[in-house]
Amino acid sequence: MAFLDRTARSIFFWEFLKSFSLSMRYFFGKKATLNYPFEKGPLSPRFRGEHALRRYPNGEERCIACKLCEAICPAQAITIEAEPRDDGSRRTTRYDIDMVKCIYCGFCQEACPVDAIVEGPNFEYSTETREELYYNKDKLLANGDRWEREIAKNLELDAPYR
Amino acid sequence: MPSRKLIVDGKEIEAEDGLTLLQACEMAGAEIPRFCYHERLSVAGNCRMCLVEWVGAPKPQASCALQVRDIFPNKDGTPAKINTKGPYVRKAREGVMEFLLINHPLDCPICDQGGECDLQDQAMGYGRAAFHRFNENKRAVEDKYMGPLVKTIMTRCIQCTRCVRFATEVAGVPDLGATGRGEDMEITTYLEKAFASELSGNVVDLCPVGALTSKPYAFNARPWELRKTESIDVMDAQGCNIRVDTRGPAVLRVLPRLNEEINEEWISDKARHACDGLMRQRLDKPYVRKSGKLQPASWGEAFAAIAARVAQTAPERMAAIVGDLAAAEEIKALKDLMTALGAAHLDCRQDGSKLAPGPRPTYLFNTTIAGVEAADALLLIGCNPRWEAPVLNARIRKAWANGNLKIANIGEAIDLTYPVEQLGGIEALESNPFLKVLADAKRPMIIVGTGALSRPDGAAILKRAAKIAADSGMIGPAGSAAEGGWNGFNVLHTAASRVAALDLGFVKGRDVSGIVDGAQKGEIDFIYLLGADEFDVGHLGRAFVVYQGSHGDAGAHNADVVLPGAAYTEKDGLYANFEGRVQMARRATFPPGEAKEDWAILRALSDVLGKRLPYDSLDALRKALVAEAPLFGELGKPHAHQGADAAVWSNVGADGPLDVSRKLAPAISDYYLTNPIARASETMALCSREFAGGSHKMAAE
Repeated sequence: MAFLDRTARSIFFWEFLKSFSLSMRYFFGKKATLNYPFEKGPLSPRFRGEHALRRYPNGEERCIACKLCEAICPAQAITIEAEPRDDGSRRTTRYDIDMVKCIYCGFCQEACPVDAIVEGPNFEYSTETREELYYNKDKLLANGDRWEREIAKNLELDAPYR
Repeated sequence: MPSRKLIVDGKEIEAEDGLTLLQACEMAGAEIPRFCYHERLSVAGNCRMCLVEWVGAPKPQASCALQVRDIFPNKDGTPAKINTKGPYVRKAREGVMEFLLINHPLDCPICDQGGECDLQDQAMGYGRAAFHRFNENKRAVEDKYMGPLVKTIMTRCIQCTRCVRFATEVAGVPDLGATGRGEDMEITTYLEKAFASELSGNVVDLCPVGALTSKPYAFNARPWELRKTESIDVMDAQGCNIRVDTRGPAVLRVLPRLNEEINEEWISDKARHACDGLMRQRLDKPYVRKSGKLQPASWGEAFAAIAARVAQTAPERMAAIVGDLAAAEEIKALKDLMTALGAAHLDCRQDGSKLAPGPRPTYLFNTTIAGVEAADALLLIGCNPRWEAPVLNARIRKAWANGNLKIANIGEAIDLTYPVEQLGGIEALESNPFLKVLADAKRPMIIVGTGALSRPDGAAILKRAAKIAADSGMIGPAGSAAEGGWNGFNVLHTAASRVAALDLGFVKGRDVSGIVDGAQKGEIDFIYLLGADEFDVGHLGRAFVVYQGSHGDAGAHNADVVLPGAAYTEKDGLYANFEGRVQMARRATFPPGEAKEDWAILRALSDVLGKRLPYDSLDALRKALVAEAPLFGELGKPHAHQGADAAVWSNVGADGPLDVSRKLAPAISDYYLTNPIARASETMALCSREFAGGSHKMAAE
């Protein structure tokens, strides 16, 4: 019987028809791939992308140089120097993140008591040279200004779960 | 002392009556949280954090304010039971913590105390997380001005009054106090004036919260970022034990280290805050003077310039002077090099004090610092311990406060923070009413200061001081004060290097003023300065001056060749303090630029000069040092008093008339600017401006 069964399958191209129908099902089905960069997948509000330093709505930078992010960073990617600003408040004079060292664990934003350092939704910041990935305070603040709307929205969405 | 039994956490102990319950509990191994209690200050009992349970008592007891003698045994005669753990105590302490945190701003992220804060630590143990029922407004307090060293954020204050008690009891400057009561209580300087004490920095260490923090260190670093190195202070000759905190190449702060025999747990403001001078005015490459100007050069060129000059100079026209901050190793290396060259004139006494390099007890502080507490009469001659050794002054004050130490002073009347009988000028050395007090005293002591010894008649003053010591029986039996011995003859040095240099006999030929004189007259052609800036460097005539040191100060400005050396935080070195106690300072950072450790410079130079020194490593140099002076092998011990030896004590100083017309001036004119490091320090400059001449900044005036 096994002989007849095998012979009948090969005569009637049974394997061919089966695989062809599978191909056609996918051919006409909904596509899993995206036409990146014109199409993008959905991101969780908790997505940990490029870092940014945020400001308060009045333009004052949030970071108070408490150095908790520097302390918790497992990759030691953050370097901070601080001194009293002219008005006597505690501010950083240097806030560097070595994005090459960073492992995107998100501990820095967890540690931050004022929500200053955040990992925003941006993941498209590849560079041609390594040096461009050594972010300084200006770059991080500029990131914050550019992404503030998305970051604020994400924080708001995530707030109920904190 | 009578004692009684206690049962602490089920463990029976025998505690002396004089102890507080807190100390007794600690003896039993229990850990008691506290804010206001401090071993070296009087008991205030106002923070209530140290509550413990005395079984049978109606309420929890503040253990710091309860003395063991007041704890009576149970009715059946069994010892009183004390519990330091358990839900009862825990609840009591949690309640206290809740009250303390009601008015505390909880601004730990911007607080400099964060990471080393008692309140933060104890809130981890006794705070109740996510629990608060205080919905009213928090208290806010205006910050006070306390001078250039202490920054205040008074909202954080928990009114432990440690700072007030320190100022009144230890520093002896009752500038701090509390006004108001209850919630309105504030710590203040009353008149918004600076806290005018040389020990003011210590209140920052004492403050259990971040209300008083260090102004120069404000927002600089977190304690967990710092690398800690245990070292020795060289700003005065006391050899205070310090901890140097560094981050990368920068020394960020200096903190005291506990040493009961020297500094207890205090250090002076200069020791603590002159560290910013280590980053300024540094010599980081060799310089050679070409056509009247100092030009940067390589080590080879600098050495060649020195070698060329040395080759032309006769040994009797060469001189070397050791500065105030040099370690024993480089003094030894310089001495060996100069001896090899045959240099005729060596001196280490920049201030011109008329001390001979031996026998050892004649230039030491023989009583020892801890021994001061046993003294009952003290005569100061031309010295101002408040400026020359502030931590020693606190010890003298402690002895005065503890008992009946009578103090008299010959010289300018200065406020030493304790009552002093003023005997007048130098003529009082011959006869004064205090001599009788000294003769009647059991343990009299005399301190001869640099201000007296550096006068032209310094040797005669020394001779008379030794005579007073002999007449009043100051030089007693052998051994330390604790062992029943006594030596009340003391010389108070102001320079950290001086005792080591005298021990190594760095005195030969002309003294410093003789060298300056000789250089002006053209009798001395080559002068080697090892960090020497404190004498008349500008008038060395046409002599060829080599300056080896760390800072571009007077010495370097007048030099023909400048060799960049290491400061005290940048090299391992041995220092002998004024008690003759040898201690090791350790390297915390590396010298900047091309600068090298000083002994290595001398070793390299000796090679170029063809007089190679016989040691290639610091260890070998130390071995040679110990071989020459075995006392450098015994670290941490003061000079042991060997008993009265007439041959030693009758030959101190020299006979001669006293110059009565000359005023007995103090050795230090500005406490904050006594050495190149302090002069390069911005903080010390601010202090000098604030405190010099006693003109304090007054608010609203």
